[in-house]
Amino acid sequence: MTDQLSRVFAALADPTRRDMVARLTEADHTVNDLAAPYDVSLQAVSKHLKVLEEAGLVTRSREAQRRPVHLEAEVFDLMTKWIERYRRQAEARYAALDAVLARMQDEDNPTHTSDNRTEGTAS
Amino acid sequence: MTTTQAPDTATRFPEAAILADEHVPAIHIWRDFAATPAQVFRAHTDPELFAQWIGPESVGADITHWDARDGGSWSYTARGSDGREDFETSFHGCFHTVREDRIVQTFTWDGMPDGVSLETLTFEDLGDGRTRLHAVSLCDSFDDRDAWLRSGMEVGVNDGYAAVDRMLAEGTI
Repeated sequence: MTDQLSRVFAALADPTRRDMVARLTEADHTVNDLAAPYDVSLQAVSKHLKVLEEAGLVTRSREAQRRPVHLEAEVFDLMTKWIERYRRQAEARYAALDAVLARMQDEDNPTHTSDNRTEGTAS
Repeated sequence: MTTTQAPDTATRFPEAAILADEHVPAIHIWRDFAATPAQVFRAHTDPELFAQWIGPESVGADITHWDARDGGSWSYTARGSDGREDFETSFHGCFHTVREDRIVQTFTWDGMPDGVSLETLTFEDLGDGRTRLHAVSLCDSFDDRDAWLRSGMEVGVNDGYAAVDRMLAEGTI
């Protein structure tokens, strides 16, 4: 799983590939559709697609003649969860920092009792 | 978020917002605090205060070295228990810039001594006794950056990352 996640992140490190993924969140596209907005060769776009495919981010239908490119939302979600987990860790630290800062407020304003603290810190 | 543009002050971050930068191997975090920039700065530079929030609530962090000034350095060890066994993990780095609105420092997890990230913390005054922290961790490579992001996912792996993960989960106050 780790290897796949690494490939996902490597695949998304490129701005063109990120843009392609963003467009595929809306609908499936053919390679020609996908290539249209970029000032690069169809071959270059195919290379980008190959990286996305190897990361498991997109698949291409074998049956349909136009072989549209499809975003594998599950893999994309996995990466989102990965970042969310990291965010929660940071938030846990900062929630602890909130508590430290609240104690500092009390020490910095020792004349304020708990009854008028709200008024004191708002002024 | 999909852009790396700094959010405007109308945006509020009562909880941490995170962004994996698409152009450089960096992680951005934004968080607003109900305190002045001077207070948030002190909580990052006074070792006694820093130890109270960087580690788990019950144990905290043991600051082993602290010299918060330009050219100074720091190290700390966090200890804890997951209920079955005790663990400890340590970090160190150098302070490059220590200023009331900005701290620039290096950061290394001792379990991976060759990995160094450059951390830039800015404290923006939002008025009314509130402050926005913007923390940028710039890593050596996308691989290193992703290893940090991944650290939260590899629970059960027998290394310090799992310990840090548990520690941080328990640190929720």
